[in-house]
Amino acid sequence: MDAIDIVKVNYIKELLTKKTREDGREMLAMRPISVVHGPIEHAEGSAQADIGATRVLAGVKLMVEEPMKDTPLQGSLSVSAELLPLASADYETGPPSPESIEFARVVDRGIRAGECINLPELFIEEGKVWCVYVDLYVLNYDGNLFDAGSLAAMSALYKTRMPKYEDGKVIRAETAKQLKIDNVITSTTFAKIGNSILIDPTKNEQDATDARLTIATDDENIRAMQKGLSGSFSVKEVSELVEESFKKHKELKGYTTVD
Amino acid sequence: MVAKTDKKELVKNGKRLDGRDFNELRKIKITASVLKNADGSAYIEWGNNKVLAAVYGPKEVMPKHLTDPSKAIIKCRYSMAPFSNVDDHGRSAPSRRSIEISKVIKEAFENVVLLGEFPGSEIDIFIEVLQGDGGTRAAGLTAASVALASAGIPMKDLIYAVSVGRIGEHVTMDFDMIEDNYSDSDMPIAVAPRNNDIVLLQMDGGLTRSQFAEAIQMAVDAGKTITEIQKNALRDVYAKVAEKYEKGN
Repeated sequence: MDAIDIVKVNYIKELLTKKTREDGREMLAMRPISVVHGPIEHAEGSAQADIGATRVLAGVKLMVEEPMKDTPLQGSLSVSAELLPLASADYETGPPSPESIEFARVVDRGIRAGECINLPELFIEEGKVWCVYVDLYVLNYDGNLFDAGSLAAMSALYKTRMPKYEDGKVIRAETAKQLKIDNVITSTTFAKIGNSILIDPTKNEQDATDARLTIATDDENIRAMQKGLSGSFSVKEVSELVEESFKKHKELKGYTTVD
Repeated sequence: MVAKTDKKELVKNGKRLDGRDFNELRKIKITASVLKNADGSAYIEWGNNKVLAAVYGPKEVMPKHLTDPSKAIIKCRYSMAPFSNVDDHGRSAPSRRSIEISKVIKEAFENVVLLGEFPGSEIDIFIEVLQGDGGTRAAGLTAASVALASAGIPMKDLIYAVSVGRIGEHVTMDFDMIEDNYSDSDMPIAVAPRNNDIVLLQMDGGLTRSQFAEAIQMAVDAGKTITEIQKNALRDVYAKVAEKYEKGN
């Protein structure tokens, strides 16, 4: 972190002593959200999610491959993320950073644990299954990648077409059917700065964060969680944030399931 | 390019498969300043290509030993999203193709950016192909040019690129993916339009001398259209800025 970031962190902390945020939001208010469905026609599924100035594009590709050895009768899901150097002056070209790997894995976990994709249905024949590849492309970074990434990935999967498979060949120009989606998850991320807890942190707020908590839920169950950074949450705080996540899920789900 | 040996009919009733004439460009749309964090950016839709370009800098050189005390250095990264293609999922590591394209685009911009204005600094150009349909390097370079201008980086010219080549006996401009795969020759060109200097040129396949001359002329003539679209994208941004200030915000 350079000097200017430290100045911004101090500013964020000072604002919080007056119970305010840099963009004037309430502690538990999200930034404006928008989702563009299907911007990349060449992909089998795609969606671009904006949360404030954070923008993540998710693209889905389906491949016919050999199943994993331990799950010979079902397809697989693979989520990867690229923190593109075009998205922020802080991102650099090179091998995946621990941040990008954590990002991809947290999004993956929500979708996997939520059993959103019916993996046994992706079985084709012995030794052949569909593998669903989700790539998260961060186009502009202003904090809270996890929620934007989950929203983009879930929205892209929600309207993903499956290419035709015939005589051992994938015919991408033809659509056999839609990818079957059994469940919809959304995630919400909270930042604890000093004694304040706020939702959907911006980049500056994230830099000031002591502890971070991401909770992915569907309508009824908590599906995945990830606590990050060196700070801590009390049991009571976690319980309250879980409740808040369920509330936000109702709101967020609407962006995913647009037809 | 010319790798495929199996022939495919690319001409029907004297027109191309998508109904274009041989010297006709696809529809090009450019929007400048689309990304908040970048110092300059542009989004281009060129036919079915969808490409984002962003510029950061001039800034401090990283790593420091690359610093040139007499001028700025340019770094360029061209890359294709793994979902950009109608075919299989792409690999995520930079391919040899991407590395070569990054290099020739960088060299094209070194020709026009006034590097001497920013000694000891670095200018980064990032080109991300979100959807590719033939001619992505031309679309990427054309967008990057607008991104540099929108970053306020001084240049002696606003360069553009287009691919020309040959389908059968027809000298042809702006191949889409199918044409790119089955054409007889492919020649991406970038031009600095003020003096029609050629700042990027690659070619494969086969052209006679007269076909080559005709192809180059086609690329130069396309400049009138492409340059105007680039300039309009920049004008639109500044019109919006002007409007904002006139309202007193």
